[in-house]
Amino acid sequence: MYPELGQLALILALLLAVLLSVVPLAGSLTGRNNLQAFARPLASGVFVFVGLAFAVLTHAFVTDDFSVAYVANNSNSLLPWYYKFSAVWGGHEGSLLLWILMLAGWTLAVAIFSRRLPAVMISQVLSVLGMVCVGFLLFIVITSNPFDRLLPNVPADGADLNPLLQDFGLIVHPPMLYMGYVGFAVAFAFAIAALINGRLDAAWARWSRPWTTVAWAFLSLGIALGSWWAYYELGWGGWWFWDPVENASLLPWLSGTALMHSLAVTEKRGVFKSWTVLLAIVTFSLSLLGAFLVRSGVLTSVHSFAADPERGTFLLGLLAVTVIASLALYAFRAPVVHVRSRYGSFSREVFLLLNNVLLVSATILVAVGTLYPLVLDYLELGKLSIGEPFFNLTFSPLAVATGLLLGAGIFSRWKKTDGGWLARKLLWPLAISIVATTAVLIGYGGFKPWAFLGVFSAMWVTVATFWDLWEKSSSRKGRLHGLKRQSRSYYGMVLGHLGLAITMAGATVVSNYGIERDVRMVPGDVATVGDYHFVFRDIGARQGANFTAQYGTFDVMLDGERVSVLHPEKRQYSVGMSVMTEADIDAGLFRDIFVAIGERITDEAWAIRLQIQAACSLALAGLAVYGSRRLPGYR
Amino acid sequence: MVRIVYLMLVLLLSGAAAAEVADVYDFSDRAQEQRYQNLIAELRCPKCQNQNIADSNAPISKDMRDAVYRMMKDGASNEEIVESLVGRFGEFVRYKPELDSRTFLLWATPAIAVFGGFLVVAGVVIRSRRAGPSGPALSTEEKARVDKMLAEQDRSS
Amino acid sequence: MKRFLLFLPLLIALVVGVVLFAGIGKDPTKLESALVGKPVPEFSLKDLHNADVVLDQSLFRGQVTLLNVWGTWCPACKDEHDDLMWLAEEKGVNIIGLNYKDNREDALLWLDRLGDPYRKIIYDPRGTLGFDLGVYGAPETFVIDAEGVVRYRHVGVVNKEVWEQTLLPVFNDAQGNG
Repeated sequence: MYPELGQLALILALLLAVLLSVVPLAGSLTGRNNLQAFARPLASGVFVFVGLAFAVLTHAFVTDDFSVAYVANNSNSLLPWYYKFSAVWGGHEGSLLLWILMLAGWTLAVAIFSRRLPAVMISQVLSVLGMVCVGFLLFIVITSNPFDRLLPNVPADGADLNPLLQDFGLIVHPPMLYMGYVGFAVAFAFAIAALINGRLDAAWARWSRPWTTVAWAFLSLGIALGSWWAYYELGWGGWWFWDPVENASLLPWLSGTALMHSLAVTEKRGVFKSWTVLLAIVTFSLSLLGAFLVRSGVLTSVHSFAADPERGTFLLGLLAVTVIASLALYAFRAPVVHVRSRYGSFSREVFLLLNNVLLVSATILVAVGTLYPLVLDYLELGKLSIGEPFFNLTFSPLAVATGLLLGAGIFSRWKKTDGGWLARKLLWPLAISIVATTAVLIGYGGFKPWAFLGVFSAMWVTVATFWDLWEKSSSRKGRLHGLKRQSRSYYGMVLGHLGLAITMAGATVVSNYGIERDVRMVPGDVATVGDYHFVFRDIGARQGANFTAQYGTFDVMLDGERVSVLHPEKRQYSVGMSVMTEADIDAGLFRDIFVAIGERITDEAWAIRLQIQAACSLALAGLAVYGSRRLPGYR
Repeated sequence: MVRIVYLMLVLLLSGAAAAEVADVYDFSDRAQEQRYQNLIAELRCPKCQNQNIADSNAPISKDMRDAVYRMMKDGASNEEIVESLVGRFGEFVRYKPELDSRTFLLWATPAIAVFGGFLVVAGVVIRSRRAGPSGPALSTEEKARVDKMLAEQDRSS
Repeated sequence: MKRFLLFLPLLIALVVGVVLFAGIGKDPTKLESALVGKPVPEFSLKDLHNADVVLDQSLFRGQVTLLNVWGTWCPACKDEHDDLMWLAEEKGVNIIGLNYKDNREDALLWLDRLGDPYRKIIYDPRGTLGFDLGVYGAPETFVIDAEGVVRYRHVGVVNKEVWEQTLLPVFNDAQGNG
């Protein structure tokens, strides 16, 4: 297959996307059904050609076609086939193509699964999605062509995929993440369509909700996988660093969570419409901002792609056009007249409003913390660093507060809830949560104020969720019938909230009770971490597919019993000569045992990093539970 | 007999036999070691792509870790250690920005956002109280239709 | 009033956009020095050429100086070497070298081959003076005035353009006061 076919496919996709942006929209504004009928076929066309381009690039990787520059820079003949496949998105151009593939996929999905929506709506939604496709296709065709060739000097072999990326994480993390990022374009398109045709009501919210929920679930899963990957791959035991690129993924997630909850209120009660539309626009804008931050080199990060000012400028232009146009449309067309509705002080509406306040505050906090150094530098006030200590201090109270509000809010009723009744209802859950929290803290080693707050908040959410489930599922025909009677959206909510609780509990415990030591060991030595003894048995050499490794063996003893044998490695990759640390982890429900090999100190002695990560698996599992929420929020 | 030997072997091999290893840096106790770990996690490597000096392999990071250890041994407090490094490498190496006129807005952001939000919610709730009974009332005709539909439903369930 | 509030997000986006645009193309690895306005730290290190001679901070008193941090392990230092020679010989600039984390023999050989633009060279094999100066890589060049106070630190190679646009103004300014 000639790589030029891929380039041609992208250009054709671009042309079809332009038609998609214009024709159905024109048809919807002028009432011409024949034009609107083009929406679905055009969406299919875009997807087919983007898919073709992606297939051509994949083929080039799998067949070691090093005449393609991108393949030569990111692959190697010795690379195992599954990494050749995922190397397609290992660099800027290919990951951008993956992004566009996802975008085209979502567009097609909307075209297929929206038969029941009014034609005007669907034409406009697809046109807006088409516009987004145009923007990104222009970007890739003009500045980031993956199919550039190295003729006539075709290299004999490639430069190899960055060893850090030669891992299972690369196969799953970016696709899931992008599905999430790009998925929010659908909610965005619905919002813009509503602003264009003026039809902003509960029905609109009902149509938007399932798309938003699925996108959110994918983003949650993508972030979880990224955290997990960093944890076991980077060799230093961390799983969240508040790095700008990580924050870039957290921003649409926080905003998207607020959006999901706001959509629920708009759908059920027809209120907060203007706010929900704004959230939909903001969430996708944050997705785009993330894409910009990662690829422009404006912020320093271990995760960023190579910085290129030309690409950065183009991407900023794309971001600017999208955000400014949509926010201007919002400013001019968003409804100012509000539905007159009463809500009591403890009504569900108010609780969800407060939830939005906290989530949006968290979004603002992370955004400000990430961009502040840029602002100060722009004002020539110096170069500042804002990192983990700052975010942990400021974010944690917001997270705890959200959990506390959640537990109480679960019991609230729409329109009006009696404050006294609510307070009495919460007494038992409060008592149970306090007891459970105390038990956990004692189990892990003692009382710490922050640990108490975090775990209590998690317990509070868990108890309240199950209590509510118990109450709702009581039925004359038996408990099972009662459980089956609940809607899928209710279970989606239960899963999501439990995911939050697990994550909070895990994150709190691992931050407060984890132990880490850096020790110098020669084979035969024993080191103690907490209650565990690590015996360094030996270290030998081992050959991998495209690397050689120093392969260590450690016995982990607890109370005289061997609980685990761990094999950390230090690999040297044959092509790039880069050295990589592969930690070995014994993952348990309540603790992880972690060993990594550091620097060689003398011929015999090595620096070894040992950690007992309390409840780390729990924290990561919690994040994954979010992702399991792949239930549309509505039937 | 075999059991006694086995027990002895287990005791011998259970780690009690080998001596405790020296750390890459020597600390007088676990608390000091923990303090060191916390300090190096809060300091940024000036050369790297956003890493703290705990995780970075750069030579300058190693020098900074050495300096932190030396100063700890000399009895310096955490503030003194950080100040000493900031005095050489600039505010850049501090991951927790100092609260001054430049960073006041940064540190105040969560409070401003949350309280601002609470005020808005309070305003919404208060205004909604003034709205009176919820929604436009049903006309008598519509009410009759609703009653009819409800009656039908009661009959069919 | 209501309508005005709706324009607020747009306003914020525009401001952020301007800041982001300004950030494109800037090199985030170039930090300003924390020692600007402070005297050169005290030190006591050997001369590279003459191991019996001990140099200290008084080396910087009396005239405006460029302090150039270099090492044979640093490829960029080789790139800027010709420009340093030009500065020393054609422009008569007083340059003092700081041989950072290097080996004496390697350094002397290097200078033999490429030329020696330095009036004096401080031999800092363990990088202690470099550390106190806040050096985090090479090459770096400081402008130090006649009182021994640091005026400016440039990260990266020094070439004609850097000299004319960045260092010369600081240099002249320092001379004006001295």
